Amino acid sequence: MPAPIETEALIIGAGPAGLFAVFQLGMAGARCHVADVLEHAGGQCVELYPGKPIFDIPAHPRITGQELVARLVEQAAPFEPVYHFGESADALERLDDGRFAVRMASGKVFHARVVVIAAGGGAIQPKKPPLRGIEAFEGVSVFYAVKDKEAFRGRDVMIAGGGDSALDWAIELAPIARGLTLIHRREEFRAAPETVRRMRALVAAGKMDFRLGQMRELIGESGALRAVKAAHGGETFEIPADRLLLFFGLTNKLGPIAKWGMEMEGGRIVVNTENFETSLPGVFAIGDVCVYPGKLKLILSGFHEAALMAQKAIGHVQPERHHAFVHSTSSDILAEKLKG
Amino acid sequence: MVKIIFTGPEGKSYEVDAEEGMTLMEAALKNMVPGIEADCGGACACATCHVYVAPEWQAKMPSLANRSEMEEDMLDFAFDVRENSRLSCQVKITADMDGMTVFIPEQQG
Repeated sequence: MPAPIETEALIIGAGPAGLFAVFQLGMAGARCHVADVLEHAGGQCVELYPGKPIFDIPAHPRITGQELVARLVEQAAPFEPVYHFGESADALERLDDGRFAVRMASGKVFHARVVVIAAGGGAIQPKKPPLRGIEAFEGVSVFYAVKDKEAFRGRDVMIAGGGDSALDWAIELAPIARGLTLIHRREEFRAAPETVRRMRALVAAGKMDFRLGQMRELIGESGALRAVKAAHGGETFEIPADRLLLFFGLTNKLGPIAKWGMEMEGGRIVVNTENFETSLPGVFAIGDVCVYPGKLKLILSGFHEAALMAQKAIGHVQPERHHAFVHSTSSDILAEKLKG
Repeated sequence: MVKIIFTGPEGKSYEVDAEEGMTLMEAALKNMVPGIEADCGGACACATCHVYVAPEWQAKMPSLANRSEMEEDMLDFAFDVRENSRLSCQVKITADMDGMTVFIPEQQG
């Protein structure tokens, strides 16, 4: 087993709250590692609404989720955070020396003096349709994203969904697939009108099929898909397919973190609003994942929570040092970092 | 009070007393009816409060079939969508729904 990764602070979640926590902890003098289940920083902002303008970030009359995240990453960069993407937190344990051991689902282990949970609504995952035995097909012939287009070349591809992802990939894969069928429950699509027009043109030209319907059953053995049984308006039919791409949106679930022993309320973590510490001393929660009287799920609330958290957390990280609050305009630490 | 009956996929029924003006979702959450997750808290943004209105009620109150475009879009994220599918956060309870049954699907989105 690989050696544990030692860090002063482990931040779980690389959304706006987690990224700003890197800055605030850095200003206070702590080094951070940041883990996120996604393959990039930004959380919900980037995954769910990258291009949507946000209007309530102070000093930004209008900024997209993508831009906001890029700036937060830039702001945190002088403090040299180490990012661990594609990692979801599994278990937390207190070590004899007072630090925490946090184990990831991958098996990676962090040893940290403080843990900051900035997990938002939880790990963002694709929605899975309730098709019997789907687990056996996942990663073999059923996928929720396209990592490599080539994996679909020469295949009988079926795509389910009616939004931009489903239609974009239908258009992209139709020329290289052996056959491609798009299945959606109605004639209307949520995708951009131009994308819908292009998809319909491909259907009209016989380059791909569109079927109205909803999936009922996956047919195949040991993960190898042969066909999909679907139904529409009382009629049941089978569509041959050896690759299935599912686009039913995303969901988030807090998962194992909810069982770490912190006081919870309505699925969120109860915090002390003076310092955003949870009922487990040394474990903090900021952003959408925390709850307290009057809590608003706003990005700016996450920023405020990160600042107060850092003031208390630094005391756990370096108990021997006296910590005084310093403004960014007169911070030696920041001046030194920005010089390089 | 308006009586609403939520019936789960396994056939178990939960009879709840709801107030007029509440949504079906609120009535379910308040009475801890299992199977109505309502992740987004009623903003029509998650499709995890999907229900089927009993066909006889749908026939009796045709307005129950009126789904807004937003609700229709969100139903794309639900599974096994039928003609009597609704997102329970979008159905306001009225006095004439007294005794209505709604069915909870096997899995929320």
